[in-house]
Amino acid sequence: MSAGAIRAGRIAARLGRPLGTLCGLGLLWWGIVRLGGVPSYLLPPPDSVARALWAQRGLLAGAAGTTLLETVLGLLLGTMGGGALALLMMASAPVRRWMMPLVLLSQAVPVFALAPLLVLWFGFGIASKVVMAVLVIFFPITSSFFDGLRRTPPGWLDLARSMDARPGLVLLRLRLPAALPALASGLRVAAAIAPLGAVVGEWVGASSGLGFLMQTANTRFETDLMFAALLVLATMTVLLWWGVDRALARMLYWVPDDQPN
Amino acid sequence: MTAPAPALLLRGLAVAHGGRDLFAGLDLTLPAGVFSVLLGASGVGKTSLLRVIAGLDRPAAGTVAADDGAPLAGRMAWMGQRDLLQPWARVIDNVTLGDRLRGRRPDRDRAAALLRRMGLADRLAALPAELSGGMRQRVALARTLYEDRPVVLMDEPFSALDSVTRARMQDLAAETLHGRTVVLITHDPLEACRLGQAILLMAGAPVCVAGMTVPGGDVPRPADDESVLHAQGVLLRRMLDAAGP
Repeated sequence: MSAGAIRAGRIAARLGRPLGTLCGLGLLWWGIVRLGGVPSYLLPPPDSVARALWAQRGLLAGAAGTTLLETVLGLLLGTMGGGALALLMMASAPVRRWMMPLVLLSQAVPVFALAPLLVLWFGFGIASKVVMAVLVIFFPITSSFFDGLRRTPPGWLDLARSMDARPGLVLLRLRLPAALPALASGLRVAAAIAPLGAVVGEWVGASSGLGFLMQTANTRFETDLMFAALLVLATMTVLLWWGVDRALARMLYWVPDDQPN
Repeated sequence: MTAPAPALLLRGLAVAHGGRDLFAGLDLTLPAGVFSVLLGASGVGKTSLLRVIAGLDRPAAGTVAADDGAPLAGRMAWMGQRDLLQPWARVIDNVTLGDRLRGRRPDRDRAAALLRRMGLADRLAALPAELSGGMRQRVALARTLYEDRPVVLMDEPFSALDSVTRARMQDLAAETLHGRTVVLITHDPLEACRLGQAILLMAGAPVCVAGMTVPGGDVPRPADDESVLHAQGVLLRRMLDAAGP
């Protein structure tokens, strides 16, 4: 077998298992609906979800586009803001002492409770959802990056001291690159939960997006459309996570990346 | 080398580590421009002493000074047990790390020349992960030489290498560090006898430092030389006696 064929076989095996699990779950779902006689406005059978997915593909694609835009903007802004704050906290003790409680607070207050307020402040448009996504990811980004910045191997810092290094350059050229793998873990978490923030924002008040679509479908008992939107959201999140994971693995070329099979 | 190498004067030095007194009232002169080897068993406090000399830790009492009266800061280079290479930086950028951390323009020509001397001319653009342990330690030696400091402190830099690679590194270090004031700590009596132009045995608690007889001949001395073998045996015997039953 050629190397390409082996590679293709390995990818097929990696994709095949989760697909098999999904098919099994779909069958189970279908069996429960058929044999249990559950009315379709409570739990639609998989085939009617698939039909809704196809029939409303334009609507779903538009809504997914809105949610994806909000999520990606939230990820970018949250990563820049959280990363900058972690660097500032590392560089200055007063910033660290004053800001750490605020960072913790951003995690302690449930965004679900803040959502209506944010919609009130930032409007029904995309801004309030971007802010939601930023709030949701701010803590994992800031705390993982800050942790990484603090945990520079002491040998490197000793070496830097013996070289009469400037503190700012130690932060930039030693601590920062050494902390990137930790930031990457935070980013992976952020990629998985950022869509959640955006959708919660849409749920509270919006005119487009998957959350908005789910909410309207729910109130009209269009459960099949609701499930189709959920499926699109889940797929989008998985793809986003996978894309971020692969991009990070490529950028952090020096970090061992042994994927368990 | 630009600056003349001073001798190091340790006066009344007291060092504590982990709540334990390692030394008290230690007086020691490490001669100028030669290899001084501090030999002792693991855990005796060699690394703590070297860290104090390097200015990385403060002594509980006493001073470390140069015999020319000028301050030591900025005149010492330090090489640790591990190579401490930055995994994200190419070999040549690892060598110029000091200048990059001081905000000075790296002298890549000089770094490349040092790497050529280490036999790594074709690995300038390699990442540390692509190198063997011996090659990585040679990059670390090149980085130490790039600093071009008259005093070089080495904390068991070859202890993790296999014996062939270690012998080659000893030859390379003796050749390239010639004329500098080198303080090398080791637990290996053979290494002490091959490289030492002053050999100091550290033993006991609190530690006593005793000057030992140095075998004849220029460093690096051949490992199979009669006087080297004999001196190595004497040192090992002394270390065994000091360790107790």
